[in-house]
Amino acid sequence: MSLRGNPRFIELRDALAGPLFAVLLCGLPVALFWKRLTDPAFRAELRTKEFTAQITAKDRHVGRHFRFSKGKVRSGRGILENPEVCISFRTASAALKLMLFANDHLTQINAMKNFVVEADGPDRDLIWFMQTMNRLRSLAEPSAGTSMGDGVTRYTSNTNGGPVFVYVKDGRILRITPIEFDEDDPEPWQIKARGKTFTPPRKGTVSPYVFALKSLVYSPDRLLYPMKRVDFDPNGQRNCHNRGVSGYERISWDEALDIVAGEITRVKREHGPGSIMNGSGSHHMWGNIGYWLSARARFMNSIGSSQIVHNPDSWEGWYWGAVHHWGNSMRLGASDTYGTVEDCLQECEMIVFWSSDPESTSGVYGAFEGTRRRQWAKELGIRMVHIDPYYNHTAALLGGKWLAPRPDTGNAMALAIAYVWITEDLYDHEYVQTRTHGFQAWREYVLGEQDGVPKTPEWQEQETTVPAKDIRALARLWGTRKTYLSPGGLVGFGGACRCATGVEWARSMVCLMAMQGLGKPGVNMGCLQQGAPVDTSFYFPGYAEGGMSGDLDNTGLRISMYQRMPQLPAMNTVSQLIPRLKIPEAILNGSCEGYATDPRSIEGQFKKFTYPAEGHSPAKMYYKYGGSHFGTMAESNRYARAYQSDNLEFVVNQSIWFEGEAKFADILLPACTNFERWDIGETANSGGYSHHQFIQWNHRIMTMQHKCIEPLGESKSDYQIFLELAQRLGLGAPFSEGMTELEWCRRLFEASDLPKVTSWRQFMKKGYYVVPAPREELRAPVSYRWFAEGRHKDVPELAPLPADYTEEWRSGLQTQTGKLEFESSSLKRFAPDDPERPPLPAYIPSWEGPAAEELYAKYPLQLISPHPRYSFHTMFDGKDGFMNDVKDHRITIDGYPYWIVRIHSQDAARRGIHSRDLVEVYNDRGSVICAAQVTERIPPGTVHSCEGSAIYDPVGKPGKSPDRGGCINILTPSRNIIKKSHSTASNSCLVQIRPWEGGQGA
Amino acid sequence: MTQLLMVIDVALCENCNNCFLACKDEHCGNAWPGYTARQPDHGQRWMNVMRRERGQFPLIDVAYLPKPCQHCADAECIRKGHGAVFRRPDGIVLIDPEKAKGVTALKTACPYGAIWWNEREDLPQKCTFCAHLLDQGWKAPRCVQACPTGALSLHRIEAEDVQGFVAEQGLEALGHNDSSQTFGVYYKNLYRFESWFIAGSVTEYRDERAECAAGAAVVLFRGEDEIARTETDPFGDFKFDRLPARKEEYRLEISRLDEEPKQVSVDLDSSRCIGTVWL
Repeated sequence: MSLRGNPRFIELRDALAGPLFAVLLCGLPVALFWKRLTDPAFRAELRTKEFTAQITAKDRHVGRHFRFSKGKVRSGRGILENPEVCISFRTASAALKLMLFANDHLTQINAMKNFVVEADGPDRDLIWFMQTMNRLRSLAEPSAGTSMGDGVTRYTSNTNGGPVFVYVKDGRILRITPIEFDEDDPEPWQIKARGKTFTPPRKGTVSPYVFALKSLVYSPDRLLYPMKRVDFDPNGQRNCHNRGVSGYERISWDEALDIVAGEITRVKREHGPGSIMNGSGSHHMWGNIGYWLSARARFMNSIGSSQIVHNPDSWEGWYWGAVHHWGNSMRLGASDTYGTVEDCLQECEMIVFWSSDPESTSGVYGAFEGTRRRQWAKELGIRMVHIDPYYNHTAALLGGKWLAPRPDTGNAMALAIAYVWITEDLYDHEYVQTRTHGFQAWREYVLGEQDGVPKTPEWQEQETTVPAKDIRALARLWGTRKTYLSPGGLVGFGGACRCATGVEWARSMVCLMAMQGLGKPGVNMGCLQQGAPVDTSFYFPGYAEGGMSGDLDNTGLRISMYQRMPQLPAMNTVSQLIPRLKIPEAILNGSCEGYATDPRSIEGQFKKFTYPAEGHSPAKMYYKYGGSHFGTMAESNRYARAYQSDNLEFVVNQSIWFEGEAKFADILLPACTNFERWDIGETANSGGYSHHQFIQWNHRIMTMQHKCIEPLGESKSDYQIFLELAQRLGLGAPFSEGMTELEWCRRLFEASDLPKVTSWRQFMKKGYYVVPAPREELRAPVSYRWFAEGRHKDVPELAPLPADYTEEWRSGLQTQTGKLEFESSSLKRFAPDDPERPPLPAYIPSWEGPAAEELYAKYPLQLISPHPRYSFHTMFDGKDGFMNDVKDHRITIDGYPYWIVRIHSQDAARRGIHSRDLVEVYNDRGSVICAAQVTERIPPGTVHSCEGSAIYDPVGKPGKSPDRGGCINILTPSRNIIKKSHSTASNSCLVQIRPWEGGQGA
Repeated sequence: MTQLLMVIDVALCENCNNCFLACKDEHCGNAWPGYTARQPDHGQRWMNVMRRERGQFPLIDVAYLPKPCQHCADAECIRKGHGAVFRRPDGIVLIDPEKAKGVTALKTACPYGAIWWNEREDLPQKCTFCAHLLDQGWKAPRCVQACPTGALSLHRIEAEDVQGFVAEQGLEALGHNDSSQTFGVYYKNLYRFESWFIAGSVTEYRDERAECAAGAAVVLFRGEDEIARTETDPFGDFKFDRLPARKEEYRLEISRLDEEPKQVSVDLDSSRCIGTVWL
């Protein structure tokens, strides 16, 4: 028997532990005294505390108590009978270990799970006592930020549009700038291509809206105090029908939190599990701790809630379609893009941008990092073609051939390109034979041997209006040149995937590349937006890796972070799901159904779920958090009508600004921005579905997101709001593990690879770290090169899961055949006769386009509503911020900032419309008042207006009158792209436009 | 004395508005005593990004012209400013925020429309080149720092070398063709905004199908003079750019090999897409 297991040794050890523990406890009053002396914030906190806490070891009857009173701490030996707060260790030796190695979170958590340590007492005092004990780890907090002289401190933060320096003076933000590297930061990579050497500048770029952040922090629309709808009484009349109509009154935090906590317990008591519905926007202010996939998930799981599940809105056609041809389920049908910047610059002869405008969308989180690389491509003379109904900003900057198909017809054009390749023998026979499956059936379909309709360029012209000759010219260029296809600003995005034909479009994109040898030198997916040769081996988590969520089921926590940052799991006991696009039906009709977005396998999406779930309560309370659905979700008036239903007994909205959906809440909880709280995050690292998303960036930049200023008004961080609610529900300890936000940041820092290269103290001070570029020989290989060359997969991604390989691990693709499939095995298995999604990609005319003749006669304009260039969905729009002044974002007329609709000169003239005229864009679903911009950038018959208005401002009854805020999704259909999905077809939208004459009704 | 010159390349501007917004970030909510009062949160455009579409669907292009104060050496605003406007030795023209109060003559003094009136302060305001930052050692004004495409750049040139620099870089001053005056702002590729073009697509029948006529010769005449020639691209498209922005009659001769050229006359009154020409 080893010494460790020897009973006598254990007895001796435990006997010694008692006195040692007592000595250790003696040190605490000294540390507390020192903390009180040196930390003014702590002194202030102390003044509010009035209780006794005690720490004991059960086996030795050793303990110490601490009396907090009138700003002072008194401590004594011995165990009191009834202290308010008690932390008791099972044994003194366990106590010693746990107190001395407070940083060893795995040991701490194991002790909690095994009841080796227990905490008791009212949550408010208990959590503060635990946080205080944790804070004693470092007697002096490391200083944050760099002093710039003249009382100015330069902090760092991070945003959806890039990392920033934040200059602060006298507690107020002076300016926000991009990060420019200093001499200690590493040199960036170099790429040699065609006799030239390219290297990115030593700084980060930022998206335009980043410069509006100061105006948004200090916006007059900030919620600064908790508010209650004036005619809402939780104990009396709730007046649900007045949501969106009635005004608000200021209440105290105590009252607000008591109401919310009271309603949480009431609906659980009265209705049972499932009665709390919780949802958030897809994006939140940057950071890994205060994110919706982090603190929010842990809290919502802790109370048990019906989760609103997101449709894969950025991916749609790729998830419901392309996945069945090349796998990539873990990326929701999008693709990896490793090494493609170098390969594209060195080898590629032509880039086809198809529904792809990275200069507007920044890929996602990509700021202008890809812009420089595309300028290099232009410099090298790489030909560019832009297929988009709108002459987009990428086309405007780079030039090249613009082909403007009618919206929602994309795969007719793709099929015609395949037709030319087949009939003129312009495809890679050897690749098709060895790397693909089902070509014969595709060939027959394209040539019309199955349905009697050859998919000729002339045939596509009837659908797309793009001349057949242009398609032949494009197909010939493409078939004879090494070509990159960029479907979407990021591979696997694109407005064309969000329409009635979006599934078929995405599928056909994969099939086209399967004919041209995907993965061969110069033949790949992308437009230089992704695939920079940065170091992918340096670990830092993306936000979707779950932060402090404890949520193994709905975040990427279990991939790396659960091991790297052990934490208490937070599992949701409520299995009821509500599809985001069907929230109104769930509330108003009491039932709906959806299909799962489950990335684990191709088959994950075949799981149908229904609401209400068996044995669950329908949703009675709505806890809304983050951005507004009105600007982003289809047929948005439905949401306004749902809010006014008595079926929703209580609505709380935790929001930074008083905008959009927030105006429909009963209680408003004011959250602060991420400039007013601590967080930590890496630029463009989302993790999860977008593994290694940061390869859009020329540099990997991790940032400490400093608390640059104090929260405005009475606003609080999301973490703090959840913690204070949790405390009212006795959940404070499992929610917080007794830690503050800043300590969670440090815990995440320690879980990453950062401690290998910098210290916490340094990182807190400087605020950012730039990962050195890898040596050339250590750069990630080019995506699909291994596949094209018949080797084992060699790119640095774990997906697909081992079981999803048909042959050997890392051999072949995720599809059943392991090949690129023209005819999909998974669809053949699942629903071979589905007319909406046959196993072979087909052209199925849009259900809301010219083929819908009756509707088209009434509403002859096809509206596309891409992502806005000057906001990130609703986040940076409105709020009286600077973006309202950007000429191409909103147009101010008579002092009101109107949303813009773009219309061709002929369509405008026919309707008597001029630029800057107010117009009504309408259909049977509703009406939106916009300012017209007459343009040649769009063909006649198509109109363009972005999604993402933060302002919802109905001129009459909410949900039933024209909106002058600009929520263009009021007009878009709520129908799923295909029945067997949970998806949005926002670019299949027929409308009419007329001059706006004022008044209340459409 | 070293002069500060801002060079704006119209061909590289993509209307991201980073310059316009960084300017607002710097000046809204912040007063810089001695340099400028704070900019109102809305309404002023010290960096005014102008948009111009040229041509007609489907052959168009779009150009943007960021227009700040031009920091003219011989500035109207200095002449009309009653001593409230001055030019620093480095070329930056500043409106003194104290002395300029109520000087309404400055409302309309600027031929570029670069002076904005602050109603609340009763004060004319404009771009300062972020002189307060340059004086603190910043390398560039906020707009230049924020520009992601390289469209905006700042140069430090000795006064006697300015004309040489302008000539060598092929720069132009906005609204001035002669080089008798110097400015703080110069433009590159201004033709993208100011000139007109003629573009079209050439099509032919081959095997009874319409095909893009690639490689066809296109010659442009003004009167009897041949002024340019080009070849159609693989889509049969051609474009003659940098035509002066004035009404004029042009003639095109389009031909393949030694076939009889097709004649097309164009009465140019703005940039024109002449549509499809059949050979």
